[in-house]
Amino acid sequence: MGLSLFTPLSWNDAGFILTGIWNTVIISLVAILVGTLLGLIVGFIRSASNQLVNALLGSILDVLRSVPLIIQLILFSTYVGAIGHPLPPFAAGSIILSLYAMAFMSEVFRGGFNSVPPSMPLAARALGMNAWQTIIYIRLPIGLRTVFPSWLGVALSVIKDSALVSVIGYMELLRTSEQLISRTQQPLEILIGVGIFYFLISYPLSLYGKHIERKMAL
Amino acid sequence: MIQIKNVHKSFDDLAVLKGINLTVNKGEALSIIGGSGSGKSTLLYCINAIESIQQGQILVDDIDVHASHTNQDKLRQKLGMVFQQWNAFPHLTVLENAALAPRIVKKMRKEEAIEIAKKELIHVGLGDKLDMYPTKMSGGQQQRLAIARALAMRPDYMLFDEITSALDPELVGEVLDTLRMLRDDGITMICVTHEIAFAREVSDTVAYFHQGVIEEIGPPEQVISNPQKQTTQHFLRKVL
Amino acid sequence: MDYEFHWSIVWRHMPEMLQGAFVTLHVSVLSMLIGILIATPLAIAKLNHNKFFSPIATVWVEIARNTPGLFQIYMAYFGLGALGIHLSPYVAVLCALAFVNTGYLTETFRGGFQSIPKTQYSAAKSLGMSRFQSYRHIILPQMFRRIYHPMTNQFIWAILMSSLGILVGMNELSGETQRLQSLSFRTLEFFIVAAVMYFIITKLVLLSTALIARKLFKGEI
Repeated sequence: MGLSLFTPLSWNDAGFILTGIWNTVIISLVAILVGTLLGLIVGFIRSASNQLVNALLGSILDVLRSVPLIIQLILFSTYVGAIGHPLPPFAAGSIILSLYAMAFMSEVFRGGFNSVPPSMPLAARALGMNAWQTIIYIRLPIGLRTVFPSWLGVALSVIKDSALVSVIGYMELLRTSEQLISRTQQPLEILIGVGIFYFLISYPLSLYGKHIERKMAL
Repeated sequence: MIQIKNVHKSFDDLAVLKGINLTVNKGEALSIIGGSGSGKSTLLYCINAIESIQQGQILVDDIDVHASHTNQDKLRQKLGMVFQQWNAFPHLTVLENAALAPRIVKKMRKEEAIEIAKKELIHVGLGDKLDMYPTKMSGGQQQRLAIARALAMRPDYMLFDEITSALDPELVGEVLDTLRMLRDDGITMICVTHEIAFAREVSDTVAYFHQGVIEEIGPPEQVISNPQKQTTQHFLRKVL
Repeated sequence: MDYEFHWSIVWRHMPEMLQGAFVTLHVSVLSMLIGILIATPLAIAKLNHNKFFSPIATVWVEIARNTPGLFQIYMAYFGLGALGIHLSPYVAVLCALAFVNTGYLTETFRGGFQSIPKTQYSAAKSLGMSRFQSYRHIILPQMFRRIYHPMTNQFIWAILMSSLGILVGMNELSGETQRLQSLSFRTLEFFIVAAVMYFIITKLVLLSTALIARKLFKGEI
């Protein structure tokens, strides 16, 4: 009768938890990076193109923003499996999380590009700059100057939303802790630890974003 | 020499320029005056190839501005332009604002571009503001920066589009002083302006635009001091 | 590779899907109402720098904003369970949603209130209005216009987040979809329909809030 099914949390679990943390960090970074790059391109195209292209792109992005991430993850990983090209959880999760990040970041960047007064590129052209130089030296840097706080907000939500990739079997922090919970039956301690981890990443960065925002308002 | 030959320009069905003929020789200063909507700013935009034209021809040193084979980016290097809104690039310092185009458009070495930019900025009286960001400066200072930025490209002609009309009244003087200085340097310029007294003082020729045509043109003593046409007299009575 | 779609089974289960969608709306609306109810006093406490409630509001706001939604649902379901408080999946998700809504709405309300220029008070006072009258007729209507749009966004967010109910076996749209697909293994068909339903729900919500706004603000926004 002395045998127990459950073994309490111990230092031996540290490596397991660290792997979970690492996986959360890495998939978040990939999604933020790819999402930012794609978001920049899409945001710029939307700010520079005609209404038709804009409406078309807008409706695709709208779908990405209006369908819960968890459904997108399940659909995508099931779909690639069903057509015979199953992807490992990390790849499937990175793709969907990146597209999801792109959908929000492109809006942030588009807002930035639209806030550049049209007289700025005009003045650049009058100085003899060609269309590309005007984009690289004038429109991009001016458009991106003010968007950092909003970009940071999206990046932080991507980190938090990365927890959802656990549903398709990716061993990120929350799924790691779920497994620990079912073994140790100590949900409160483990969950609070997980919460503190996310908080410690997110809170200082959000404070920094607010600080920059306030500085820019002056 | 800038030659404008029978230029017509319209936005949709609104005719803005209806057959403009003008010649500006090297070293000359032309002022264009007239009410709003008279087409005077549009003409500058057409000279700089920012706007297209429907009929006629504009030649800058015998280059046809609107011909399809003309490299307009290259052409604009001959033409410095300053706008009503001071378009200082907010992400660059004063010095970087003026050095950017020489560096990337004329492909100058960085030191050389900075040298030229510095010289022009000192010339317009901004020598002590080189490392400042333009958003911290007054409108008059930003407008002088815009002038120096255009001059740093060493253009053959300068186009000024109502560059004082968005300024607070107390800042107009410093910008006009800068223009007077350029005039003394012998720079060829076309000024679209509301400052009639200034136009009389600095220009060789004054053109009065009215509803898309040149109503009266000649030396300032004639057009401003002794206008022949009734429309010109009426306009001048209103603004003087 | 080809995948053959079989839609008929989904249509057969449409009543259950719609029931799930109804639960989704239900839990989201309720979580918004609770959020508004708690956020209002918290925002007032923060604005007045109340010694006791203002720090509570701050901690609440920061935890809600800086931890994942999934974490909050797990806390309500498993975490509270460990303390002997066993919530049903519905109540656990409702609590988590209401918790987050409260956090975000507290900031929305506070910001909306602070964005009204002080001169508006002076103007109202100079017209002889009482304190209550200036709030009732001048300040609050302006504030409401400013917080309306962020509140709509929060509502949409709550609808989307309620889909995490799938992970604690709740019977809202996602959870119901999960249950139904497990009976037939037509995972793709069921989740595609669920995705379309979420899209329609969010669009309908946006449309109706826009219509309400037009009615309320008479074209002012």
